[in-house]
Amino acid sequence: MSKRTIIPFGPQHPVLPEPIHLDLVLEDEKVVEAIPSIGFIHRGLEKLVEKKDFQEYTYVAERICGICSFIHGLTYCMAVEELMKIEVPERAQYLRTIWSELSRIHSHLLWLGLTADGFGFESLFMESWKIREYILDIIEETTGGRVIFGSAKVGGVRRDIAPAKLEEIVKKLRVYQKKINDLGMVFLDDTTVKHRTQGVGILTTENAKALGAVGPMLRASGVAMDIRMMGYAAYGKIGFAPIVETEGDCYSRCKVRIRELAQSIDIIEKCVQQMKEGVIEAKVTGFPNGEFFARSEQPRGEVIYYAKANGTKFLQRLRVRTPTFANITPLLEILKGCQLADVPILVLTIDPCISCAER
Amino acid sequence: MKLLVMAKSVLSNLFSRPVTERYPFVEKKYFVGTRGKVLIEIDKCIFCGLCQRKCPTAAIVVTKEQKGWEIDRLRCVSCNACVEICPKKCLVLDTKYAACSEKRYKDVFHA
Repeated sequence: MSKRTIIPFGPQHPVLPEPIHLDLVLEDEKVVEAIPSIGFIHRGLEKLVEKKDFQEYTYVAERICGICSFIHGLTYCMAVEELMKIEVPERAQYLRTIWSELSRIHSHLLWLGLTADGFGFESLFMESWKIREYILDIIEETTGGRVIFGSAKVGGVRRDIAPAKLEEIVKKLRVYQKKINDLGMVFLDDTTVKHRTQGVGILTTENAKALGAVGPMLRASGVAMDIRMMGYAAYGKIGFAPIVETEGDCYSRCKVRIRELAQSIDIIEKCVQQMKEGVIEAKVTGFPNGEFFARSEQPRGEVIYYAKANGTKFLQRLRVRTPTFANITPLLEILKGCQLADVPILVLTIDPCISCAER
Repeated sequence: MKLLVMAKSVLSNLFSRPVTERYPFVEKKYFVGTRGKVLIEIDKCIFCGLCQRKCPTAAIVVTKEQKGWEIDRLRCVSCNACVEICPKKCLVLDTKYAACSEKRYKDVFHA
């Protein structure tokens, strides 16, 4: 056995937008073990539920994560709506689906950019973020915010989108899809990119299941598991089948995300076709009571909101299990046996959102 | 083996204008629905204090006796809650953001 060295990775590292710390145990250039430590940006947002009333907390829930903000707000609202037995109007359900998918597109494009930057392809990074900017424009136009949508609300949504605007959005998205296809081609066909991603960090199907991987990480390992299949919001009405790849390496995870971009555009188009005019919010009276687990699919994977209420305007307990937290264990598994130079790309491949994980 | 897959994008970028805007030399155009800063028509305000109660970040302070309405611009998150609740519809969200600042400052209005 050769001599072992420990190299600290993070919390400040060029590829990491957010702080996570890994102690990498190396034998020569090979990683034999990785020991994580998180907790650098804990903000105590779960405790805040005792100070903000259940409607105000929607704003806080949206700020748990800056990238999947809308889906955080939406899942929180879903939990409270279930506790209060509120029937959300159909149009609001469709609007929620559209915004969820827009947020997925912008999150995946952000991830593609960061990954390109991670393996040193600067112009590909710029190209990804250029397209992301067009999506952010659509989001700003429809919700008023670029990343904090602020449109989820207990009982429905806060804004409506006019039918003409919806048609326009679909038309725009079709144009962007061509750009996204060109972008995807670089990630999937370019030899230099494939050198960095193919056969790197393989997560087997058994390991993915046993270690509790979620989201694209799980689907790239051949498990067809997506919470959208449960049909929350309007997913049940439009028919949804998850995208699955089988190799389980970085390349597959990249491929799943690129294919999901096209799928999201299709979902938005279906929503626009099926949507009918109607009210966008239900009346909220009384206070929540009981306990409930709400689940939804974020760009990074499944998020779980546990809410417990006792009939007052403040919730008693709120617990959030975010996808990044679930994906840290599989990350440690794929880091074992990899080369030191591959560590940044492997850490990026789980799409880490540490602020999410620490709340 | 495929090389130069990105050549198409590179060439089209080479012969097109930059996608970025030259801010602040070119004025930024905001969308109609952008949530910027809160504006008040103080003459219409009845100082009921509903906006203060609804504000999730406690950025608004209303004083009924002095007929004053003040907002901490750095606390405000432009959530639109005050605009929605206002019974007199004297609050409105501008599409422009509040000016940036190093220190906390309050915009104070008196009727």
